[in-house]
Amino acid sequence: MSVAVARDVDFVAAVRAIADEVAAASAADVDSRARFPVEAVDALRTAKALSAFVPEELGGAGVSLPAVAEACLELGRRCGAAAMVFAMHQIQVVTIARHADRDSWHAEYLSRLVDEQRLIASATSEVGTGGDMGRSVAAVEQLEDDRCGFEKQAPTVSYGEFADDLFTTLRRGPDAEPGDQVIVLTHREQATLEQMGTWDPFGMRGTCSPGFRIRAVFEPAQILATPFPRVAAESMVPVSHILWSHVWLGIATDAFDRARAFVRAAAKRTPGEPPPTAQRLSHLLSELSLLRAEVESALQAFVAADEDRDRLSTVASALRFNNLKIAASEQTPRVCAGAMSICGIVGYKNDTDFSIGRHLRDAMSASLMIANERIHQTNAGLLLIAKDA
Amino acid sequence: MTDEIRLVLKAHARLRVDVDELSEDADLFQAGMTSHASINVMLALENAFDVEFPDRLLSRSVFTSIGSIRAALDAIAVEDVA
Repeated sequence: MSVAVARDVDFVAAVRAIADEVAAASAADVDSRARFPVEAVDALRTAKALSAFVPEELGGAGVSLPAVAEACLELGRRCGAAAMVFAMHQIQVVTIARHADRDSWHAEYLSRLVDEQRLIASATSEVGTGGDMGRSVAAVEQLEDDRCGFEKQAPTVSYGEFADDLFTTLRRGPDAEPGDQVIVLTHREQATLEQMGTWDPFGMRGTCSPGFRIRAVFEPAQILATPFPRVAAESMVPVSHILWSHVWLGIATDAFDRARAFVRAAAKRTPGEPPPTAQRLSHLLSELSLLRAEVESALQAFVAADEDRDRLSTVASALRFNNLKIAASEQTPRVCAGAMSICGIVGYKNDTDFSIGRHLRDAMSASLMIANERIHQTNAGLLLIAKDA
Repeated sequence: MTDEIRLVLKAHARLRVDVDELSEDADLFQAGMTSHASINVMLALENAFDVEFPDRLLSRSVFTSIGSIRAALDAIAVEDVA
């Protein structure tokens, strides 16, 4: 086994152990109280999992994106909220690592992330943009002493209250167009977050994602040099869709495993006579396989394009990763609902070994974190010009 | 060719500035072209020059400036001859 492969294997094994031993134990409480999965995140910090993707030359473990994706899946099997927090954090880390120039503030930040295991949230949504991440209202303002500042109203900032740092999209300046965006990384002590509204959602309750009015003062170097539209096309959008869909695949896989356990228990009670649910489990396996195939092939496509980043900003690539989001977010609740109908009342109840309620509720968030209809609208435009999709 | 590109941009890019005042390497997205407008620009260019942009050339960087659009159209013309 090569060093790189061994590193990936060790990392995934460590996260799997945290998923099984820590995240699983607190998942029901995290869900019922809509509270942050602090035990799982602390365990991930201790394992230095928050910085695992940081390249070796900056002090990190340098694990691969497929390993990070697999870790998201493993966490997703045990606690959807903890998995989504981990996935979102990794999206920021991957984005910074892929775009930080050598010796830049951001490269230095990544070394600090390794030592301090800082948790990064993002504020990319904004009141007044109609859910379009490619436009901003808030702008970078020039302050005295060569410093910068902003004020932004974000309708959802997942784990904003618990994050050490915040990754925020803004217009480049007060005169810039809505689409002329940059992304800035600020520390908790540089920002004030004033919560807007409450947090009592249907699922993904442990992500603690209310809205915030954010005000921050920071140094110009904290603005990522690469313009946000390129960062979005080459990294943030495809990596988001890849890591989210691995979380969803994890949720769906556990829902399927619970249905399988239910069917097997029934089969043991009547040996020689397969229960009627066995055949429905076979149907459900087909649905799960479709989900898995889409998620895995998109990851492979991204890895293959990694050498040639220009390919990631083509229309064909945008369609590919947008479709991953749409397909996976629709297929995941389908698998969970199928699992629940196999388990029947014991799946519907919240306190059995076969409960699917949390899975189904968590899965329902998938189609609305960036609304699928908005993505369809984008794809509809892209399909007018794309040749091979 | 550049004049025709400017005509297409005038009709479809919905820039906040006068296209004639833009230099060849000015960033069209910074001048206010949205992703949605860029799709209409691509369609209009295909129409005006009677070409088809292959998927490989349908990227943001190709549609960033008048110069990059011209370079892409040149590349397609070379391919067509070859």
